[in-house]
Amino acid sequence: MLPEALNASLQEKISSAEHPRELVVDVMLELQDHYGYLSDEALEAASILLGLTPLEVEELATFYTFIYREPVGKYVIHVCDSVVCWMDGCESVQDHLCEKLGIKMGETTPDKMFTLLPVCCIGYCDRSPAILINRKVYGPLTPEKLDTILEELRKEAG
Amino acid sequence: MYPQVLFKNRKPDRIASMEEYRASGGYEALANVLKNFSYKDVRKMMLDANLLGRGGAAFPAGRKVMTVADDAPFPRYLVCNADEMEPGTFKDRVLIHADPHMLIEGMIIEGYSARAEKGIIFIRPEYESAARILDREIEKAKAAGYLGNNILDSGYAFDIVVHRSGGRYICGEVTAQLNALAGKRPNPKQPPPYATEKGLWGQPTVIQNVETLVCIPHIIRNGAEWFRNLALTETGAGTKIFCVSGKVNRPGCYELPMGIRLSDIIETHAGGMRDGSQFKACLPGGASTAFLTAEFYDIEMDFETLKKAGHRLGTGAIMVFDHKTCLVEATLNLTEFFARESCGWCTPCREGFPYLRDLLWRIEHGQGQAEYVSTIKQMCRHLWNAYCAFAPGGVAPIESLLTYFKDEVDAHIREKKCPFK
Repeated sequence: MLPEALNASLQEKISSAEHPRELVVDVMLELQDHYGYLSDEALEAASILLGLTPLEVEELATFYTFIYREPVGKYVIHVCDSVVCWMDGCESVQDHLCEKLGIKMGETTPDKMFTLLPVCCIGYCDRSPAILINRKVYGPLTPEKLDTILEELRKEAG
Repeated sequence: MYPQVLFKNRKPDRIASMEEYRASGGYEALANVLKNFSYKDVRKMMLDANLLGRGGAAFPAGRKVMTVADDAPFPRYLVCNADEMEPGTFKDRVLIHADPHMLIEGMIIEGYSARAEKGIIFIRPEYESAARILDREIEKAKAAGYLGNNILDSGYAFDIVVHRSGGRYICGEVTAQLNALAGKRPNPKQPPPYATEKGLWGQPTVIQNVETLVCIPHIIRNGAEWFRNLALTETGAGTKIFCVSGKVNRPGCYELPMGIRLSDIIETHAGGMRDGSQFKACLPGGASTAFLTAEFYDIEMDFETLKKAGHRLGTGAIMVFDHKTCLVEATLNLTEFFARESCGWCTPCREGFPYLRDLLWRIEHGQGQAEYVSTIKQMCRHLWNAYCAFAPGGVAPIESLLTYFKDEVDAHIREKKCPFK
């Protein structure tokens, strides 16, 4: 169930918008923050809040890179694999992360801490190879730097 | 050192505050416009300045806003395209982080020239920090009277909101962006009607790129002629933010005169090629442009010169490849990007890019056949018939690979392996 406070704040935002539908990405992102991903329940909630059919929300949810329709870890690591990062060794970044976390690209660690996903050019080509973790950028990366980042995130999560 | 116009307040570690922007002459242009300019004066000045759209298409900014008819209905919208998803491009991010109020002032003046009352900044999710900066600085501009119902007591009303995207390359395309803003699936739409006639919510809408908008206050303050004279070439105008990346010593954003030579950008500003690297080719304006080979190393980087040479300046994102980089594999990577980011709405694009990617993959991995080359050429031509400009842009690197680096492709097929491995 959607907590009352979140429901109320979303409803308020939507009712003050001239065109409620323009908020669909914002609503999906907020619900995703609450549920950890855009679950079926979240999708249903978004459709009710916005007066759209679940299918209309679904075709948007599956379209966007940063809306997750499947469960993800606490930290979602998007590894940029476009041409500049490729030139600067994004494949070794991927390999290193897969090895360290014991998962393949597209998977989540069993402790639900990390998810690894590829992503197209994130606009940090001056810091390649670069990755995003929960939409925060890290780069230029080396295996040592990756190890430090993962350690710090594990500490942060307690 | 060339004049720094857009980057004059750029600092290594923080944004320029509104006070700093004002101290450098910021918001003077707005006050002047609201007092002394009609909306038509502003339009004419942008046209005289030869300000060309910096988002990649190089459409004259003044002419675009002139297509908003005098009797067009209200409300009208101004959309600032900060989606910037063209691979290799990161100038809009740097511009917003350098001096956000320059963008805000540019938007208000552009809004005034379109007689728009609402501005929307459409921004990609990877730029969340820039979105937060804008949210905060817009509030400051409001408190200072630069935004709101009665800007600087002129009677002109204009507000700006930040719209966060869910992240997809096609959202940078104008018509797709309008769908995205309206909460619809961001497929492109073929004009007519054009956005300036029937855009967001069916209302007249002008869409401009971040870098285009930040030029506007400077043109108002210093004049159209001054702006044109910033360029080194007769055909160019203004400065250009070049994003240099790849095999150079100092990748980054550099504000340089339009028309500066490619060799000068690489050697003087981006610190030259990395040790042991020789220049082989670059993509001059993002992933949707053709490879520019060593024979063009001294070319003057302006929209017109590149067009004459059969190339495109695009976004001015220069990705530099060295002699040790396999361009078949680079093109495979670029094609993978387009295959993944195709919105899937029209068949040629949705089916064509995966097909091209598979052929390139086979060539790169030693499974190529001689006849693949003609198949790839044919498929590229088919993609020119796709619904929007995404596909013709996406095949540009592939077509130029076959034009300029056919030997490299042939070597892969002949040796049944990648010669670079």
